[in-house]
Amino acid sequence: MARNRSKRNKINIPSRYVLLALSVICIIMMVLSYATDMMSYAPQAVAGYTVIPFQKAISYAGSWLAGRSESIKELEALRVENAELKETVNDLTIKINDLTTDKYELAQLRQLLSLDERYSDYPTVGARVIGKDAGNWYSTFLIDKGTNDGIKVNMNVMAGTGLVGIVTSVGPNWATVRSIIDDDSNISAMVLNTSDTMIVSGDLELYSNGTIKFTELKDDDNVVEQGDQVVTSQISSKYLPGISIGYIEQINSDSNNLTKSGFITPVVDFEHLDIVLVITQMKQTKE
Amino acid sequence: MYRKITMLFLILIGYLIQSTMIRVLPMGGVAPNFLIILTSCFGFMRGKGDGMFIGFISGLIIDILFGGLIGFYALVYMLIGYANGFFARIFYPEDIKLPVVLITSSELVYCFVIYIFRFLIQGKVRFGYYMLHIILPEIVYTIFVTIVIYKVILNINEWLEDIERRNA
Repeated sequence: MARNRSKRNKINIPSRYVLLALSVICIIMMVLSYATDMMSYAPQAVAGYTVIPFQKAISYAGSWLAGRSESIKELEALRVENAELKETVNDLTIKINDLTTDKYELAQLRQLLSLDERYSDYPTVGARVIGKDAGNWYSTFLIDKGTNDGIKVNMNVMAGTGLVGIVTSVGPNWATVRSIIDDDSNISAMVLNTSDTMIVSGDLELYSNGTIKFTELKDDDNVVEQGDQVVTSQISSKYLPGISIGYIEQINSDSNNLTKSGFITPVVDFEHLDIVLVITQMKQTKE
Repeated sequence: MYRKITMLFLILIGYLIQSTMIRVLPMGGVAPNFLIILTSCFGFMRGKGDGMFIGFISGLIIDILFGGLIGFYALVYMLIGYANGFFARIFYPEDIKLPVVLITSSELVYCFVIYIFRFLIQGKVRFGYYMLHIILPEIVYTIFVTIVIYKVILNINEWLEDIERRNA
């Protein structure tokens, strides 16, 4: 009986005081994580050893199962396709011989122009997408590589040939990537053939139509047109230069008659991201 | 003790379903909010204290893995859990109307707060679009999921209360 009473007494702190205390803790954490980077190591590490392993397991199991059911369904179709492809291979082998000659020539010419810093030369680490932001408001996702694999905050992330986003936080075995279609994302970009710079910003609302927007394009000679390729610019502080973002879909003059804005169709299919490449080289900045 | 472990386990499952499984479901990229369901349910089933703690932990997980500002989601979820606790007095397990109404309102409040603090501040004023394309689908899915899993959560809670009664 006495034991029971003491137990009850212990629980009996009015919950509004606990609420107050926890609220204060939350606010302190917010201030700390805004003003310093104190909050960006310990919690990430804890999450890395508790939540992330489950997430990885589910993700791997899911893609394995999906792969299995697909493979049974597609077996028959593949046999037919295989026969067709064998014919195509023969044709292509002939073409390759031609192209190899061209390739050597191209390599020589590139060397002459010293254009060796193309992004195919950037060192990359492949990673699997293991989770999406828990909510419908943001376009951030989790990948299964972290500091253990040399990934750091602000590294650029690509999928295929296009820019996906940037690493925003990192734990020992995971990292969060903010994609370029996210509302918080702003990138300094340029038109590939004229080098005119612009700002590319993500927008939740626009992405449902498959586009992202660009603003502040300076194009005094009116040469930029629909269909021009947009890449990351040299003057960007976080993004490496020359990574493909997308193609101009629509271009309008702003009311100030100095700049232009419009929409870009990204080259990456953000709905079906599975494997991404993290570029482990960082943009050189003035420290 | 049982309760604490079960609760942590439920939160973890809720989070995992939301962030991992949902990607393979054909729902147009919109997911129901399991963590709000959990927070709200234990709020009105168990009272302010439990709702508050579950909300705090749910929010903290989201903060650490996805939020830029650690503490923001924790605070929002915690207040929602606490607020749901006020309705513990008029809650009857057999009646599903109150849970549906409470969970829907919690979801609505949650969406408004996110919109105001993270979108309106950036000058994105077209509330109609967000309402139609994100908030409404999320609420509809959440109600649907609530009707399905409410019984499960209720049974888990009764099972926990059974154990506690036996140990007391």
